[in-house]
Amino acid sequence: MDRRLFLKISAIAGGGVALGFVTEEQALAQRGGAMAPPPDVHNYITVAADGTVTITAKNPEVGQGVRNMLPMMIADELDVDWKSVKTVQADYDDSKFVGQSAGGSTATPNNWTPMRQVGAAGRLMFVTAAAQTWNVPAAELSTGSGKVYHKASGKSISYGELAPAVAKLPTPDLAQVKLKDPKDYKIIGVTKPGTEVPKIVTGQPIFAIDVKVPGMLCAVFEKCGVFGGKVASANLDEIKKLPGVKHAFIIDRPDVTEPVIPRDPGLESGVVIVADHYYQAAAARKKLKVTWNEGARASHSSAKYAAKAQEMSKSAPQRTIRKDGDPEGTLKSAAKVVKAQYSYPFIAHAPLEPQNCTAHFQGDKIEIWTNSQTPGGGRRMVSDLLGIPEKNVITHMVRGGGGFGRRLTNDYMVEAAYISKQVNAPVKLIWTREDDMRHDYYRPGGWQNLEAGLDASGKLVAWQNHFISYGEGETFVGSGAMGPTEFPQRFVPNYALHASVQPLAIRTGALRAPSSNAFAFVIQSFIDELAHAAGKDPVAFRLEILESVPAVAAAPAPGAGGRGGGFAPPGMNADRMKGVVKLAAEKSGWGKTKLPKGTGMGIGFHFSHQGYFAEVAQVSVSADNKIKLEKVWVAADVGSHIINPGAADNICQGGIIDGISEMMGQEITIENGKVVQGNFDKHTMLRISEAPPVIEVHYLKSTFNPTGLGEPALPPILPAVANAIFAASGKRLRDLPLKNLGFSWA
Amino acid sequence: MAYTLKVNGQSKTVDVPADTPLLWVLREALDLQGTKFGCGAAQCGACTVHLNGVAIRSCVTPVVSANGKAVTTIEGLSPDGTHPCQIAWQDVDVPQCGYCQAGQIMSAAALLAKKPKPTDKDIDEALNGNLCRCGTYVRIRAAVHKAAELAAAGKPAGSPSGARLGGRE
Ligand code: FES
Ligand code: FES
Repeated sequence: MDRRLFLKISAIAGGGVALGFVTEEQALAQRGGAMAPPPDVHNYITVAADGTVTITAKNPEVGQGVRNMLPMMIADELDVDWKSVKTVQADYDDSKFVGQSAGGSTATPNNWTPMRQVGAAGRLMFVTAAAQTWNVPAAELSTGSGKVYHKASGKSISYGELAPAVAKLPTPDLAQVKLKDPKDYKIIGVTKPGTEVPKIVTGQPIFAIDVKVPGMLCAVFEKCGVFGGKVASANLDEIKKLPGVKHAFIIDRPDVTEPVIPRDPGLESGVVIVADHYYQAAAARKKLKVTWNEGARASHSSAKYAAKAQEMSKSAPQRTIRKDGDPEGTLKSAAKVVKAQYSYPFIAHAPLEPQNCTAHFQGDKIEIWTNSQTPGGGRRMVSDLLGIPEKNVITHMVRGGGGFGRRLTNDYMVEAAYISKQVNAPVKLIWTREDDMRHDYYRPGGWQNLEAGLDASGKLVAWQNHFISYGEGETFVGSGAMGPTEFPQRFVPNYALHASVQPLAIRTGALRAPSSNAFAFVIQSFIDELAHAAGKDPVAFRLEILESVPAVAAAPAPGAGGRGGGFAPPGMNADRMKGVVKLAAEKSGWGKTKLPKGTGMGIGFHFSHQGYFAEVAQVSVSADNKIKLEKVWVAADVGSHIINPGAADNICQGGIIDGISEMMGQEITIENGKVVQGNFDKHTMLRISEAPPVIEVHYLKSTFNPTGLGEPALPPILPAVANAIFAASGKRLRDLPLKNLGFSWA
Repeated sequence: MAYTLKVNGQSKTVDVPADTPLLWVLREALDLQGTKFGCGAAQCGACTVHLNGVAIRSCVTPVVSANGKAVTTIEGLSPDGTHPCQIAWQDVDVPQCGYCQAGQIMSAAALLAKKPKPTDKDIDEALNGNLCRCGTYVRIRAAVHKAAELAAAGKPAGSPSGARLGGRE
């Protein structure tokens, strides 16, 4: 097929944006990109002679839809028809791309400008080539549907025909390239179904777990249930005799030295079994007998953590993170004081595709196939562990069956790489669901002891929180911190945030909307309690709080999202939040709908990852605490454009379902240092019969740059549902998961 | 031990231990990787296939119990990807990550074979064993109804039928 002429367009991805704050994921991505040369060598677009446009999607795809969204931005500015576009997945290559990671809802804000610039630069090159071909001024030319037109002469020429000429042109300066007037967008803002859906519905092998390499063996890896535990002995001789088993060996690694376990500590100790096939390795693993040296962490348990948390709650805080005004004094003189303790558990990510990775060690280089959300970080870890230069760790990015933050770490990647080197053959490592659930890094649990004061008019005048988390000294465990600007800081004159921590024996870290996924539940539920104490409507009370600061006029620069409410200036724009609260109330018929007894509506809002979300849930609660989710309304302000509206709705609805799953049935507990839950029977996920039949999603288009949707839809649904349960039943729920309080789905 | 299965209409013989899960026989011995591993414990439905026309979880089905029976996988649901469910899933643009969807489709196809016009309740019952970690349930319901319509109208057509849920074109 060499009739296809390929054009390579180099473009500057100008992805570097000034950020006042970054998420953990963003920091990782930036470190990943730090090795990259100035963004001047890019391979995004190839045009074949027949006009087929191939656009490279540079970021990992784990279901968030970037495989479509990034190419859509390029294609629109390039002025080609979407039906002529094929998208391809990039490999990890920091000589060509920056920001090849999936985390922090950053793909939209970080790529909104650079991807459009890449497309616009491409379009300009075709115009330039046509101007040279026809010897007419470029200003007389226009483009559309992959063609250049000269109106005066009535001539036209296709991009395919121009491709050879364009290949010789210098790349224009991206900063000088003119972007389209948004009113002329033909692709941005128009639903484009996932380009891989035809493959998904016919079962083609497109996921990481489907990767096959000639001569490949399959590995399983048994680790100690207690983090850092080492193998004392194992019946390897017996295992090696079992059908198909090619290798069985022990990995012995030093324990981590940090007081707080890093979320991605690299290769751990354990026993590896390698066989011709997975079913053989899995069968052999059933016969594996290991004696472990579990170490000191085996004394940890959830019961002890809870007891210690209650003890700390009653004691003076270890430290104060922020204090504004005089919260203690104001609480003493307040007309009304409301006090409550809230709690939430550890939870697991559990993406549906279990962790897996294929690695092929070949002496001075290694080839890796991974669904990592941070392939660059994984590549560096493999390089460090095996002593192979990073550029010789060839890292293919393969579609992942869900991410939710779990694939921000690369434990399974270093394991596969190490095992491949040990057995000197290509190896696919597959974790079981139990491996995944018991060797996750978890959303940290915590307790919050809240106290708030209302004045005689029912206005919020003081807010105090003693936050109980995990950590050592001033270091919180991963994603276990609360920042000094967490909502409602800045919206209440007298505010204090105190914290106490205790040591933890498991890994923790980012899970979809990190910290927000727990904090929104606490803060927005407590605000509901205050609204009721003040005798005010929960929507009106929230708007009153949001009214208490002056409006922020300036549009923030495109960039990564913050996590909590407020998080560093410019932080949360109260006007945008008021807008979505009002929209959610309007769409749901808040205060206007007469609901039957036992049915109620609740609202919650939260700002995270630069997204403004307010959500209303309508639920019915039976006398025996069976909950039926009747309907959910989502109001979102994520800026001026929804790039792929159908996919956006899908991901918002998914965030709602995910949040509801978390609040009802998810809890990871520790006994003897080990995670108890191993599968979906104990760490449950919402099933179709439990899902709300209707989840309406409404966007409030604003003048701000578009931001991401992967995370910020999730946090407000937890308090919206909890507040709706209160409205329906008078039961105030302060401890997750709800199953522990005797609730279940109808 | 050798077992003979009729997989997607073709007779296949595999030589594996009797308790080998059908899932891994399909994925490894027969290179049919559309059927997915999610939990290995009949909890998630990612591994759903049809055994003599009935939707089952292949991860907990030992190959010996499938011996001599007909197995249909996502790859064999239609010769050319035009089963009404396959069309409807594209029309409605159901998947996010897509990992659960082969199992969802196999459960839906078994339902439609028995009940050509399922209610929401029928769908809930037939698909309750299929988890979607990404939370695409609203669209899955819509797609099953759409597939029922397509089947009733005598489709499958050769290509996706046009109107798409959530489309704003
Ligand atoms: S893999 Fe079989 S039900 Fe989950
Ligand atoms: S689409 Fe990801 S699990 Fe269903």
